[in-house]
Order: sequence, then C-alpha cells, then structure tokens
Amino acid sequence: MEKMPKWADVVLIPVISLLLAAVISAIVILLIGENPMEALNLMVNGALGSTYGWGYTLYYATNFLFTGLAVAVAAHAGLFNIGGEGQAMIGGLGLALVCLYIPFPHWSIALLVAAVGAGIFGAAWAAIPAYLQAKRGSHIVITTIMFNFIAAAVLNYMLVSVLKPKGAMDPATAKFPESTQLPSLHEILAPIGIEFSKSAPANVTLFVGIAACIVVWGLIWHTPLGHEIRALGKSERGAVYAGISPVRTVMITMLISGALCGLMATNNVMGEAERLVLNATEGAGFIGIAVALMGRNHPFGVFLAAILFGFLYQGGAELALWTNIPSELIVVIQALVILFTGALDNMVRMPIEKIFLAFRKENA
Amino acid sequence: MDFLTLIQVLDSTVRMATPLLLACLAGLFSERAGIFDIGLEGKMLMAAFFSAAVAAVTGNVWLGLLAGIGASMLLSGLHGLASITFRGNQLISGVALNFLASGLTVLIAESWFRQGGRTPSLLTEGRFNGIELPFAIGPSEAEAAGRPLSELIGEANVIQQIWSELISGHSILVYVAALMVPLTWWVLFRTRFGLRLRAVGENPAAVDTAGVSVRGLRFAAIGIAGVLCGIAGAYLATGLQAGFVKEMTSGRGYIALAALIFAKWRPWHALGACLLFGLLQAVALRFQSIQLGGVSIPVQVMDALPYVLTVVILAGFVGKAIPPRAGGQPYVKER
Amino acid sequence: MTAPAIELKGISKAFGPVQANKDISISVQPGTIHGIIGENGAGKSTLMSILYGFYKADKGEIWIKGTKTEIPDSQAAIAAGIGMVFQHFKLVENFTVLENIVLGAEDSGLLMPSLSRARKELKELEEEYELYVDPDKRIDEIGVGMQQRVEILKALYRKAEILILDEPTGVLTPAEADQLFRILDRLRSEGKTIILITHKLREIMEYTDTVSVMRRGQMTATVKTAESSPEQLAELMVGRKVLLRVDKVPATPGKPILEIEKLSVVDSAGVQRVKDIDLTVRAGEILGIAGVAGNGQSELLEVLGGMRDGTGSIRINGQPLPLSGKGSDARARRHAGIAHVPEDRQREGLIMDFHAWENVAFGYHREDIYKKGLFLDNAALRADTEAKMEKFDVRPPNPWLAAKSFSGGNQQKIVVAREIERNPDLLLIGQPTRGVDIGAIEFIHQQIMELRDQGKAILLVSVELEEILSLSDRVAVMFDGKIMGERPADQTDEKELGLLMAGVAGEAA
Repeated sequence: MEKMPKWADVVLIPVISLLLAAVISAIVILLIGENPMEALNLMVNGALGSTYGWGYTLYYATNFLFTGLAVAVAAHAGLFNIGGEGQAMIGGLGLALVCLYIPFPHWSIALLVAAVGAGIFGAAWAAIPAYLQAKRGSHIVITTIMFNFIAAAVLNYMLVSVLKPKGAMDPATAKFPESTQLPSLHEILAPIGIEFSKSAPANVTLFVGIAACIVVWGLIWHTPLGHEIRALGKSERGAVYAGISPVRTVMITMLISGALCGLMATNNVMGEAERLVLNATEGAGFIGIAVALMGRNHPFGVFLAAILFGFLYQGGAELALWTNIPSELIVVIQALVILFTGALDNMVRMPIEKIFLAFRKENA
Repeated sequence: MDFLTLIQVLDSTVRMATPLLLACLAGLFSERAGIFDIGLEGKMLMAAFFSAAVAAVTGNVWLGLLAGIGASMLLSGLHGLASITFRGNQLISGVALNFLASGLTVLIAESWFRQGGRTPSLLTEGRFNGIELPFAIGPSEAEAAGRPLSELIGEANVIQQIWSELISGHSILVYVAALMVPLTWWVLFRTRFGLRLRAVGENPAAVDTAGVSVRGLRFAAIGIAGVLCGIAGAYLATGLQAGFVKEMTSGRGYIALAALIFAKWRPWHALGACLLFGLLQAVALRFQSIQLGGVSIPVQVMDALPYVLTVVILAGFVGKAIPPRAGGQPYVKER
Repeated sequence: MTAPAIELKGISKAFGPVQANKDISISVQPGTIHGIIGENGAGKSTLMSILYGFYKADKGEIWIKGTKTEIPDSQAAIAAGIGMVFQHFKLVENFTVLENIVLGAEDSGLLMPSLSRARKELKELEEEYELYVDPDKRIDEIGVGMQQRVEILKALYRKAEILILDEPTGVLTPAEADQLFRILDRLRSEGKTIILITHKLREIMEYTDTVSVMRRGQMTATVKTAESSPEQLAELMVGRKVLLRVDKVPATPGKPILEIEKLSVVDSAGVQRVKDIDLTVRAGEILGIAGVAGNGQSELLEVLGGMRDGTGSIRINGQPLPLSGKGSDARARRHAGIAHVPEDRQREGLIMDFHAWENVAFGYHREDIYKKGLFLDNAALRADTEAKMEKFDVRPPNPWLAAKSFSGGNQQKIVVAREIERNPDLLLIGQPTRGVDIGAIEFIHQQIMELRDQGKAILLVSVELEEILSLSDRVAVMFDGKIMGERPADQTDEKELGLLMAGVAGEAA
C-alpha cells in the first residue's frame, strides 16, 4: 500500500521544502540587517518585472535546463553526476573549436553543428568516469568531482596557451564569427509583435532546452532504453536478470548526461558570450543538482525548477546591485534547496506521511 | 635547482600539506565510520572564515581557532542530522554543505566587514606565527645580525638548513597536524572506540546488535571530523595566510578527499599522500613551468595531477582502493 | 515450579497499517528448548526483534526470570541475559574472530587488555561447550558453520542465559545442523534456555521441548512437542488441512531439451562455484536440484539464465549456446526459449518500484509485440497485464500498482505469469515458493505441473527438500559445486538426499 498519494510526493513535499528554504533565507537576510520582504520585492521586480528581467531569467533558466536534465537522466540510472560543471566546460571547448574553425553560412547550421560538437565533447568528458564506474566500479561521484578539476586545468591551459589570440590579455578565445551569432528572443519575438528587451541574453537555445525536455521525457518513459535505464537505477541484479547490460546502460546514460551538459554551451558560450572565457559555466553544473532534486528528476519538474533558479539568479544579481546583499545569497538558497529536497527529504516526508496515515485511518 | 631551493620547496610543501592532512584525517574518521564526507571543503571554508573573523575582531588567534572549530562542528552536526538522523543521502548532504559554506561565508563577511567578502588582514597577534625550535636560525638571529634571514640560512651548513628552513619555523598547527597522524592510528587501532568506529563503517548491524549505539558512534566520528576540519580551516586563514578571502579553500577539501582514497583510508598513508599533493601544490606555486628532460610541463599539469592520480588509483590500476563496506549507506534496522 | 526464564504478555506491534504481532503471550521454562514455528511473514522475527530490543512493542510486557523488564535497546537485552543469533550473521567480515567477540563488550578504553582477556575466556568457553574456533582467523576466511559458532560464542561471552536462534539451519548442511543441535543440547544441559525460530517441522519435532505456532501475527497454540504431531502443527500453521504432497501423474519424458556438459562457473572473487557439471533435462519432466544454500545451485541457475559467465557447454534443443561474451546474456537466453523465474524476486525478478505493467514487460521490453516504432506500446502492455492478472488470479488486479504493493504470493504470480506465458521450451525456476503464502504455493505448484504436462522441460532449484521431492521427477543433489548424485524422485527419501547434501558420496550411502 502506498503511504501517501502521488501528488503529495510530487508537489507537496518539494513545495514545503522550498518554503523551508525560503524561510531560512529570510532569516539570513534579517540577520545581515536587510528586510526580506523588500528583498523579495526587488527580486520579483528585477527578474520578472520587465522583459529585460525575463530575458536574464530565461537565459539562466536555459543553462539550468540542460544541467538539470543531465543530472536527472543520470539519476534515473542510479548515478549521481556531480561532474556537470566539467562536462559543460569541455562542451564549451568543443563548441568554441567548431565556431572558431568551421565557417558557417547561417546561424541555424552553425547552431546544429556547434551543438553536436559541444555534445560530443561533453559526452566524452563523462565517458571516462562512466567507463570506470561501469567496468571497474570506481565511484562515479568521486571521479566526476576529480574530472571537474581536471577540466578546469585543461580549459585553463587551452585558453592561456593555445586559444588566446596573440597580444590579448585575458585568457579567452577570439570572438566567434558573426555567422555563428544566434538570434535573441528580441529578434525572434519582434516579427510576431512582441516587444522583448534588446539587451537581454535569452536566445533561441531556450527552445532547444525545451525540446531537450520533451526528448528526455519520451526517452525515459516511452522507450525500451528508458525502461532499461530506470530498471538499472532501481536494481542492478534485476537489470542483469532481464538481459540489460549494466556496463552498456551506464555508458549510454552518462554519455547522454554529459552531452546534455555540453549542450549548455550553445546558450552561455554561443548565445551569450560569443567567445569562450574561463569560468563560463559559473557553477551551472552544480545548480543542475538542485534543479533535478527540486524537479523530482522529471523533465517537467526540471523545467519549472530551472525557471525558479533562473529567477533566483537574476533576482539575486539585482539584489547585489541595489542592496548590501551580495549575490552569494543565491548560493545559500541553492544550498538550502539541495539540503531540504535532497538530504533532509525524510525530515519533511516522515511527518507528512504520518499525517496522511492518520487521516486514512480515521476515514477507514 | 640548488639544495636551498629544494629545501625551500619542501618547506612550502609542509605548509601546503598541513590543511590537506588535517582535512584528510577528518575524512578518514568520518568515512571509517561509514559516513561519506564530501563536505570537507565547506567545513574548512566555514572554519577559515570564522577563525579569521573572530581573530580579527578580538585580536586573539586562539579564540579564532575555537570559533573556527565551532563553525565546522555546526556543519558536521547538520551533516549528521541529514545523513544519520534522517538517513538522507550523504553525498547530497555534503554538496549542500559546500554550497552553504561558500555562500554564507561571503554573505556574513560582507555584512560584518564590508570588504568584498573578506576579513580585515590579520596582524601578528591575530595569527599563528612560526615557532622557532632550539638551535634553529630564525628571525631573532637575523635581527641580531642585522641581515636578512635568507642570507643567514643560505650560509649555514646542510643540516642547519634542513633544521632551520624545513623543520623549524612553522606554526603550532603544523606540528599538531603531524602529531595527529600517530594519534589517529593509535585511536583507530589500539582503542575500544577505534574498534567500534571501524566496525560501524564495515557492518553497523554488528555494532547495533552488540548493544552499541550506531548513531552515537557515527556522530562522534563526524564530530571529530568537524574538529579537524576546523583546525584545517583556521590554519588556512590564520597560519598560512593572514585573513579570509572568498573561496580560499580553493578545492583543498576535494584534494584531501582524493588523498584519502589515495591512502586507502589509512593514517600513515594519508600523511604520504598529503605530502605528495602538497609538493605538487608547492611546485605549482613556485614555478610557472617545469623543464623535464627538454619538455616543458605547463603549470596546469601540476594543478590537475592530484586529481589524475586519484582517478588512476580509483580505477584500480595501481592496487584497488576498497572503501569501508557500509560507506554511504544510512543504517536502517533490519526486520 | 520455578519462574519462567522468559515470559511475554500481550505483545502487539504494528508497522504502519500492517499488524505484525497481535496480543502474543508465551512462557518458556529455563533449561528447555522452545520452538517457534510459522510461515514466512507470520511475525516470528518481529517478535524476536522486540525481545532483543530492536523494536519497541506497541503494547505488552516482557518478564525475565520473574521480573518485569524493559528492553528499549540491544544493550538492555544483553544486560538481561539475552543473546541472539540472527539468520544473517552480524559479524564484521574483515575483523578477526576475537575482535568480533570483543566488539561492544570491551573491558576498558584500551583494546589490548580486552583482547587478551577475551582470548583466555574464549579458551574456557571453547572447552566447556566444545565450540572450537581459531580466534585469529578473519571472518571472511572461515565457513558459515564456523561463523555461526562465533555468533554463539559472542552471546556466551556476554553471559547470555537465554539464546535465541533465528532460522539457524538455513545455511547449514544436515551434518552441520546436527552438530549445531548437539551444541544446543549441551547448552540446555548447562541450564541455558533456548528459543529456536524455524519453519522446518522436522527440527521442531526432533529437538524442542515445547513449541508455539504463529500465524499471521498471532500465536495460535503452544503445546508440548511430545504431545503433538507434524500434521497437527502444520494445520495450526496454515489454518487448514495441508496436503504435504502434490498430486501428479507419472512423467513421460521426451527428447532432451537442455544438455549441460562440463559446466563450470568461477565467481568474481575467483572462487569456483560450479564444478564440471553434466546434466540433462528432457521435455515433459522436472529435474529438481537439491542442496544446502550456497553450494552452487544459485550460480547454476544464473549461468543458465545468462546472468553470469561460465565455461563448458550447454545446448538447447541441440543448439549450443555461448557461455560468455556476445550472445550469452539473459536476453539471448530468452530468445533461445529459456524462461527464468529467479530465486530472488524482489531484487531480480521484479523492479519493486515499477508498475505491475512495466514488470510484465521486464526482460521482454525489446520484443516486437510491446513496441510501436521506436517507442514502447504502453497501452498494449497494460492490456496484456490485465489479461495475465486475470488468468493467474493476481490480487488486486490493478496494472498500475507498484510491484512492492503486492503480497509475496501475488508478486511471484506476476513473475511466473510473465515467464510461463512466453511458452518457453525450458523453464528455470529457483525457490518458487520462498516467502509465498500457502494458497499461492498450491497455485504455483499446479502451474509448474501443468507446464510439465504440456511437454516442457523444467529445472527446479529449491532448498526445501519437501518441495523438491513433491514436484520433481528426478532429483540431483549439489554439494560444493558438484553433482553428488541423481535419483528418481520416487526411489529416494529425505535421509538419502540429506547425506548427499552433506557431501557423502552416493555409493557409500
């Protein structure tokens, strides 16, 4: 017998966790001498009060869509991909190489090929930890953490010693050619009569992200491969019994996960910066963890959570601009969300289960 | 590279290895008791901030150390609440703690000091200063002779150079860290507590049915981890450097984790691994690139090497690293 | 009359909506062996866990030697003189025997003095009860029988007066079991009180003084063993008359379906689990594999089912199948006409969090009938599941329920339905009725017999000798990875098979 209805698990618990995180954040804001209500007001206005704000919110959300989906796909196979950051960095490298060295006639083709490049590089970076997990039983959490650092060193080396244009000061690639510039939401929405802010970075990759949600949803719940991924995540021995190769499934899952992280580069590197810089990922790989936890590893949940975190990031930036609250507040909120929806899940869940059980007994 | 340079690099190795070693031993206690701890980084960072902040405000480094330990213990307690009391995912809890520390330290630093997320620079009394061992050439000799210390040491004989530059002149926390190694070994393998601690990381059911509290042992273990991470963080901010700066742990918690795996969860091996990784950091700090047989090795290789080595160890190509068997699993009584 | 060594009064315990123990009372005299018998899930283990402080009873009292005692944790149980040997041993595998015995009962903060005192005391205990074991061997270096001794020694070292043993013979050979009972007898004569939890009637009849029967969380009776009979106890256990044998018509074996030659399996630790086995299973017959758990039967099933690699050769309908590498996985086996009901349905046969309809496709999810283009045809699958549930009387017949929401018997029916309905040439079936209620046992046995009578070949592995004897046409006994002997089922008995299971060669028996 189920302990509580599905909606409680899918909606009620994440919402309560989020509220808990919000309450504690409010207390933190109070403690550093600011007004939480004012802060919230500023955040809402800054992130959602204008198309400019929305443009940033959606831009961040697009990043988190990719990394959130990546963590979610891996989680279905029972794998905790904490290496999204590194995979996204290396994805950015792949994308930069494509954009810099292949001439494109049109942005759409550029996007397609660059996405493939970014995806392959991201997947490749996930492949080694995946192989070590599948074949040699090395814990994927540890290896992906290590690969984040190795990725940072690789990227650092590539930017400082290889890709930096002669005479340039910052460790970054040259600006990508004009033909690779992606249309922003302003350009997309203008023909249908919607006036969207010109200076906001949200761009066409938002739709790539939404498409990725739909593809992941179909993959996980409507294909034999998805069945295999979920079966492996629940029981490895069960998978072997059913003729599902754990090695193959772990590899495929992590390649998909790494590719999704790599795809993030189409937004932050190609869509926004239009060149590859150090720390282009800005921690989005880690936010994917919070997004996936919050979204209960379901693409629709991930979509909502990504928007939420996009809002937090843009709102947080506004806060830092107008108040004495540094943007690190968002990192705290992110930590609290991970803590409550992930690690302290039982703390929220157990009392609610009890309430439902008591309620049911009364009705019975 | 002359001998004195070598000694100087080794001296720097000791300094760099100290926080790694303390954090690594913290992880050792925690993971030997079956609790994965990827929150070492966060605990160290939190301790670094609070030790520097309190030392800056009170001017007393010992109060700073206590504050650092307290802050680190608080995060340990949260980790325990999540992973022991509520049987949550230990890895996720660790990730959350790292972010919490990363955000809170800057937030509080801004609120208290308004210096862009750092504490004020610590003056002499706010820091752990070097201890001069007997017969060593130190700043007092330099002052008496009216010449720079480096010159005096450069003129001394080899043994004096090793003694004065490498062994002497570190802060008390460095020597504490070194002593922690035999102490950890002794506690783990020669005491009742150690036996129970190792047992609870291998098979908590055995401990439970023997009438010993699994929860109590695990909390004790992560409590010790909290203390050690606290010392590590305090050393970073008040010994190695003079004050807290944003993200000052810069991945040391993860390197310590790597060292722990490298050492296969054994105290003496942990010392070796931390010295090795400390050496890599010291070399990266001193040289921009290294010439090795005509090939120039970029500094990024030094940065990445600890992680690469750990992956190689994890892959089992150089002896298999077998973690404590019950690691990562919350203990649920079997029906 | 002296005060009872242990007395339970009105113990009740519920886990959520499940009432595991309901108003249970027993009283056990000191210096006796008291049996508690019941089916799987009857609540025996819960009751003993309450006695050992693992769970707190919702209601009821525990009296030890005439005084009311609270047992909130294991510490209190140990202090009250209770020792427990669990079904799954609670030993630290990479510790030595001595360290395991001392763990939790050390004298002081320092380890060395405790260890040397324990070494001395262990020697005395060993001599007193003839329980020899090398104190410096690591647990993972000694056998199961030895490990059980360590558990008993652990209890004695803690001065236990009451010893509870939970299904102690499940992992032992009959010879080892006999040895265990000699030890228990010895303990009883020294005045210790022993509670023996088992589902094996034979052990109850042979070794206990008194016996309590449990059914569905309730104590249905407590009787003197000498004054009862197996039939009476079985009836009390099940709640109605039980047929101890399945009705079957004589088999008419046809051509060989499965031919095994020189089959060997080496596990991941490098231990050879199956050693050079030759076996043949023909159409229309059931070959039963008997043996004590852990003698290679599981590995035999797994290698045949494509779950692990082996060497040697196997043929299905004369076609050789690879034993490692490409084409040796479980999916290829299914293609070759082998269906497999695994020993552990909760970890292997089903994904407990999947819906019933997803589980009905499990292992067959890449078959064309369940596919629509690239995608799974979920609607067709659900219809198929409803049909199977109806045919196999799965209750409740709701394809949307998660597998974990069904009772053990209904879970097994889902697995059996999935595998049998494929119309396989060969059915591999392991522990078909483990943790399954009596009603479902009869149903599942009937399904197996019907499949045989349709001319299919069946390889049955079970540690329950009764089940093997009642279903099989031929019985092969495995010991230490080898086949010790093969007998027609109607020309052998438990005694002969028991000797084979203990590794005593057939000819000598």
